[in-house]
Amino acid sequence: MKTFLALLHKDLLVGWRGRVRLVGLATYALTLLLLFSFAVGPDTMALRDHASAYLWLAIMSSSTLLLAQSFQQEVEAGAIEGLILLPVPPPALYYAKALANLLLLLFLGVVMLPVAMVLFDLALSGSLLMLLLIILLGSAGIVAPGTLYAAMTARLSSQQVVLPLLLFPLVVPPILAAVKATDLVLEGDAMGQLPAWIGLLAIFDAIYWSLSGLLFGKVLDE
Amino acid sequence: MSQLAVETRDLCRRYGGRWALARVDLEVKTGERLVIMGANGSGKTTLLRMLSTATLPSRGTLRLFGLDPAREPEAVREKLALLSHLPSLYDDLSGTENLQILARLLGKSLDVTPWLDKVGLDARPEPVRSYSAGMRKRMAFARLLIQEPQLVLIDEPYGQLDPEGFSLVDRMIDELSERGTTVILASHLVERAAKLCDRGLLLHQGLPRWSGPATQAHQAWQTLHRSLA
Amino acid sequence: MKLTHWILALGATGLLALGAGHGYGLLATPAEASMGETGRILYLHVPTAWVAMLAFTVAFLAAIGSLWSGKATWDLSMESGIEVGMVFSVLICIQGPIWAYPTQNYWWTWDPRLTTTAIMVVAFTGVLVMRRLIHQHERRMAATAVATIVSWVNVPVVYFSVEWWDSVHQDLSQVSSVDRVMLIPLLVSLAGTSLLGTAFFLARYRVARARYLTEEVAPELPDLPEQLELEDSP
Repeated sequence: MKTFLALLHKDLLVGWRGRVRLVGLATYALTLLLLFSFAVGPDTMALRDHASAYLWLAIMSSSTLLLAQSFQQEVEAGAIEGLILLPVPPPALYYAKALANLLLLLFLGVVMLPVAMVLFDLALSGSLLMLLLIILLGSAGIVAPGTLYAAMTARLSSQQVVLPLLLFPLVVPPILAAVKATDLVLEGDAMGQLPAWIGLLAIFDAIYWSLSGLLFGKVLDE
Repeated sequence: MSQLAVETRDLCRRYGGRWALARVDLEVKTGERLVIMGANGSGKTTLLRMLSTATLPSRGTLRLFGLDPAREPEAVREKLALLSHLPSLYDDLSGTENLQILARLLGKSLDVTPWLDKVGLDARPEPVRSYSAGMRKRMAFARLLIQEPQLVLIDEPYGQLDPEGFSLVDRMIDELSERGTTVILASHLVERAAKLCDRGLLLHQGLPRWSGPATQAHQAWQTLHRSLA
Repeated sequence: MKLTHWILALGATGLLALGAGHGYGLLATPAEASMGETGRILYLHVPTAWVAMLAFTVAFLAAIGSLWSGKATWDLSMESGIEVGMVFSVLICIQGPIWAYPTQNYWWTWDPRLTTTAIMVVAFTGVLVMRRLIHQHERRMAATAVATIVSWVNVPVVYFSVEWWDSVHQDLSQVSSVDRVMLIPLLVSLAGTSLLGTAFFLARYRVARARYLTEEVAPELPDLPEQLELEDSP
């Protein structure tokens, strides 16, 4: 446990020091939202109806950049070897990195939310807390397999291409559930379907987070 | 507990269709100092990586302090430390912070200044990115020392250092040795490295060609080159 | 019997069985109750889907095996299993629309089974692409194994998608729910397709093994060379 916290501290510290990259990511995400808005045009109904889809597409796209970067520092410095050779259990490495990535993605999501609400002229039917929960669960569903695959592809020069290709099929189910759930919170949940979608998200998160932690050790071995 | 820090029998490693290292029988007693000599591509780095457990052997046996790294990697890694040619440092963090990360992981005190002192660095706030090559090397040594390992593996200890740096390396290896640490160096600066060591192993194209006392290392190196000329 | 002979035997038997099953199914059985004549696609579509999922499952088991023991056989099995699975999955995605267009007037629709199948195809495509890009043998095997295990999660999702969500596909059938007359050609086609799939798997495995033997198998270990003799130093 102490090892895990130490690793988490490292990942957060390194992430914080490189926070200028985070600004770049946030700008990218916001630009995407703007582009969706332009592409759809002045049709406010269409924008509002599909707002949750746009939001999650933007989150998903930004996540790929964020995840690809997450091991980049280590690969460049040769620090990956430095980590492997310490008596640190691989799951601790994984969970620390994944949690750090989750916090970063969450931060992006929270930044995008008000912008999306303005751009797409949204009103919040349900509770804000619920919306934030959905963003948390959806992001978790992306980050878990994403961190695993980021490590797997870190040493490839074609990582930018391979990572999304590998990742997207896996994250489609949680994203679908997240989009549906976000929709219900924004538009209103007449038939009480929200718990079912949140439950589905939670199940995916549980499966991905446990499976990825178990498999991480194999990915690091030479 | 074995008296041997390192014991290998017929150690081999291949990458695809090529044997990078083969047929290495090695015994290094605890506290001994060994220099692995060879040109680039001779298998020095491969051997070092296997000894550090970064890579598993393709064939043969390897025991470190009597333990099998394939079965007990964490127990083995606790005892050793590797200094490779990449410094394993986070560029955005300062030297102090880099060491503190290690200190936290190892459960040691966060006051890392003594370790910086040992390698002749001061605790400045600038990120490691701004360090010179020599300073990075010193940081790498600090990273090594803080782990207080029983076995130290160094790939090209003199790389990127100036003559003052050379003396620093010599001093630190002596210090490590005084504490009973087993030291294994890989270097192509044969004369200098051999002076620090007790024994030498000469590799050529992945195969061992000579092993013996370090006093004869330089001669062995010259003999090999003569025979290849 | 040599591998080639197995491949030919299985392939031939498979084709025969498939032909028999189809022939019987197309000519001699009555039309399906709700779908009419077009329902006969059952004899083709169901076995194809079955073999696709089976092939991916073989790859999944090989992936676990490779993480367990690291022997090259597992890697070759994974590669073959995934590719055979892909072939049959793509066939599924072609057969479906061929049935759908004349009957439903669309090529594709938003439907749980179709969508989950498409996701499964993309997932395994990613795995195959990744294999091409990692050149180091051990790392490629480990990466493929991990990706295969994670991607295989799609297979039960595809299978149960008709139960978990509303789908235009039929619900999961029990053997008892299929009429006896149609059951026989279905099972015969199923057996035939499975045999054919196995033949494909073995053929692909043979190719993979040949490549492995030329590229990756250990060349002969060199002998320990003569150790240097030093002249006596003064």
